[in-house]
Amino acid sequence: MSPNEGQATGAEASDGRMMRSLSDVIQDRGLEQRVEQDLGKGIQIRGLSAFYGTHQALEGIDFDINPGVVTAIIGPSGCGKSTMIRCLNRMHEVIRGASVTGSVLVDGQDIYAPDANPTRVRRNIGMVFQKPNPFPTRSIYENVITGLRLNMRRKAKHEYDEVVEKSLRAVALWDEVKDKLHDSGTALSGGQQQRLCIARAIAIEPEILLLDEPASALDPTATMKIEDLLFELKTRYTIVLVTHNMQQAARASDITAFFLADERHIGHLVESGPTRQIFMTPSDKRTEDYISGRLG
Amino acid sequence: MRKDPEGGKFLRRRAVGAASLAITAILAFASVAILFVIVGHVVVNGIGSLNADFFTQIPKPYGESGGGIAQAIMGTVMMLLLAALIAIPFGVGTAIYIVEFGRGRFAELVRFAVELLAELPSIVVGVFVWALVVRNLTGYSGIAGSLALAIIMIPIIARGVEEILKLVPDSLREAALALGTPKWKVVVFIVIPTVLPGILTGIMLSVARAAGETAPLLLTALGNSFFNFDLRKPMAAMPLQIYTYAVSPYDDWHAKAWASTLVLIGLVGILSGAVKFFTRRWKHESQ
Repeated sequence: MSPNEGQATGAEASDGRMMRSLSDVIQDRGLEQRVEQDLGKGIQIRGLSAFYGTHQALEGIDFDINPGVVTAIIGPSGCGKSTMIRCLNRMHEVIRGASVTGSVLVDGQDIYAPDANPTRVRRNIGMVFQKPNPFPTRSIYENVITGLRLNMRRKAKHEYDEVVEKSLRAVALWDEVKDKLHDSGTALSGGQQQRLCIARAIAIEPEILLLDEPASALDPTATMKIEDLLFELKTRYTIVLVTHNMQQAARASDITAFFLADERHIGHLVESGPTRQIFMTPSDKRTEDYISGRLG
Repeated sequence: MRKDPEGGKFLRRRAVGAASLAITAILAFASVAILFVIVGHVVVNGIGSLNADFFTQIPKPYGESGGGIAQAIMGTVMMLLLAALIAIPFGVGTAIYIVEFGRGRFAELVRFAVELLAELPSIVVGVFVWALVVRNLTGYSGIAGSLALAIIMIPIIARGVEEILKLVPDSLREAALALGTPKWKVVVFIVIPTVLPGILTGIMLSVARAAGETAPLLLTALGNSFFNFDLRKPMAAMPLQIYTYAVSPYDDWHAKAWASTLVLIGLVGILSGAVKFFTRRWKHESQ
């Protein structure tokens, strides 16, 4: 077989394989009915652009995130997917020189309105980062209730105890750490640390949970546990998941949005829709190229 | 026998390597030797005059034997404490401003000013405090001395704490911010506890540095041969006592100058040791 022939036929063959393998993992979870129900709060993104100093990272994003489902944001490195998710709880502007234009409506309220308070916005929207980041000076117990201690009215000890147990149970970490709640959070394994960070995020009872490549620093077993967790959590929270791992998006999400940077390195939303549709019958050629591994 | 085609080059490389090692080792040894010569000389000359009286008595007039530098030890400790009380809030506050809150040109300006202040010769600080405080407000006094020492300490604390705060990964600040924590609480409850031992280290280094300062005290605290607990009056300090003894024409006082030097080196050594202890424990704990 000559190299040229191989390229053409080989690519088609591998496309077929990729499609089949992804179709195996995409599960039909009665998405249509779920979207109708009011589960948590939805997000409407309108004309959003994001900048780092003078460099534009995102342009003209219009996108709805439905409540009660997992929305995955996928795309190659540098497409602005992390920037996108950081715009949803006003964490983007924490970076020096960073700015945002446009609006993000959470429960109908624009979080970029002039009178919106970023601190208050973040209390309703939990966030989990790429690298597990438990507070090193705080115990497992204290890590979970950091948000309550710092930002909420003082509670009695037994109330904190309840929150800690409930949150750690929700992330399936309780049985592993219940005997060492007062050990340092950094003594845990990477996967446990990340679940601790999720517990910390849900302890303040947010309505929306943002996860920025939560499993990219973890091994496959820990990754699987995090993905399983997403199934549990999406019954209670609106979840937005950024991932560079297409298998993960296919496995864990109901809706997928594909982002891509143009030749000026500015990220755009190419298309979004039910995960099955994006992976099986994408309407945009670029989505198909990316899904099939020819792009990025 | 096979001839190594690169044999000549190989030997030359080895020779250059060995020579580099030898030269750097000799230089390193010489640097360390300077320390040992100084400390050894001070110990040999000073240890003979050390006794309990030296730590508990005030100096005796020339001609009388015995006496000590208790008033100078006390003066140094009192002035250092007051100076630290003044300098810590300014130094730590400046560092927190630069790292956590400062944006744009003003923050750059503050950082630049702190660097300039750190490089200011200490006699200039003494002259400044003399002109502004001693002449106009307090006269020669422990307060003026403390102020001069505090001005020496502020930039050292600010730069040390700045470096330490920069070690805190942004991911921790973001974790706290994402929980809806206001910035000031992030600094007070997350950032500072994470590097507290490092901050203490920076403070103690500045105290150790100020403990040995002579020039700024000459024009401010002046020195005192008697016990004085009143910071509004001229106060003794170990570097001043060393200076007084050293410039005198008497052999007995020269011996006491050596002994005072030994005590001062001991004090600075204890402070540095405490710094090392803190840093080591910190590193150990953060692992």
